[in-house]
Amino acid sequence: MTSDEQAAPQSDIEALLPWHAAGTLSRRDAQRVEEALARDPELARRYALVREELGETIHLNETLGAPSARAIEALFAKIDAEPKRAGGSTVGLGTRLAGWLGGLTPRTLAFAGSAAVLAILLQAGLLAGLVLKQSDTAGFESASAPRSASEAGVFVLIRFAPQASVADINAFLAQNKLSIAAGPLPGDLYKVRLGDAAMSKDAAADAVKKLQQDKVVGFVVGTQ
Amino acid sequence: MQTTSDEVLIARIAGGDRLAMQVLFARHHVRVYRFVLRLVRNEATAEDLISEVFLDIWRQAGKFEGRSAVSTWMLSIARFKALSVLRRRQESELDEELAERIEDQADDPETALAKKDKGAILRQCLTKLSAEHREVIDLVYYHEKSVEEVAEITGIPQPTVKTRMFYARKKLSELLKAQGIDRGWP
Repeated sequence: MTSDEQAAPQSDIEALLPWHAAGTLSRRDAQRVEEALARDPELARRYALVREELGETIHLNETLGAPSARAIEALFAKIDAEPKRAGGSTVGLGTRLAGWLGGLTPRTLAFAGSAAVLAILLQAGLLAGLVLKQSDTAGFESASAPRSASEAGVFVLIRFAPQASVADINAFLAQNKLSIAAGPLPGDLYKVRLGDAAMSKDAAADAVKKLQQDKVVGFVVGTQ
Repeated sequence: MQTTSDEVLIARIAGGDRLAMQVLFARHHVRVYRFVLRLVRNEATAEDLISEVFLDIWRQAGKFEGRSAVSTWMLSIARFKALSVLRRRQESELDEELAERIEDQADDPETALAKKDKGAILRQCLTKLSAEHREVIDLVYYHEKSVEEVAEITGIPQPTVKTRMFYARKKLSELLKAQGIDRGWP
């Protein structure tokens, strides 16, 4: 910080005038400046000076010319001299995804989005079909312990998030007073006992919604 | 017409796409050149520096996280390189003295002619500001950078950006006054 920066402009609004003239203030700050300009003629006079500076700074820079072709030739000569990038780039997934999406036309993007939705719906249907098929059999019952009256109740099918650890899952089950009734079933699903048979449909639906919010849960749906 | 965003170009450059590099260069090289030229005041040096700036972009594209605009990132690199040159030339400390010496000199024909035009005098005074003041004026007025972006490029806190801009303008008024133009401010 230089010595003259120890002091400050007369007001915060006055300090913002250059950015207001350049149009780079947030809407809120721009509104504050506009209101101050409307009620303060001296500030408005100073704003006219700022606009004058803005115009002349642009004029000055625009007369500076442009670099010669030597600059781009030198750049690509240096790029050509660079070692080849091994193993692809280190760019993050998000940036690569942005690059890929950016290369798609809006029509292609819309089609890809529709296809993705369709694929998700098909997958959900397939999973539900598999589960229903399983539930028609004795697949959920262990050979040594046939289903008893105590196993009656309200159940959900859960697929846990891939990144969830065993400790996370145990904590999640304990916290929500859940117990695994069967699994893993096809699709890495587990049948989990949500409550007793007296649980209302609405209460079960609310419980499923709540479970879906947990980061441990990748997918959850009610089942018989 | 849809244009490829700078962020997408950077992602492609990170993958070694030379064409994306050409597009990014064509899009930004003039502004980067002018920013650097205003700091180093030498066209040949400025040309050398912009090829260095874009080479850094080629090398570091994979590390760009998109937290700021690509143009802000570029100007940060350009500024760093320009200041390195200035430090080597030890010119930064001499800027204000140089400006004062120029100020004291008798008017040459060009200056005398310029005095007929307030705008020309103002532009002349803009060239006499210190590197620090020229930089903030250019970033705000010409490169259209917000307070936050100027802070990021220059590495100073946002309140200091505002006060530095204020005092750059104050110095400009003083230079104008010395040229016979009293703006009644500050």
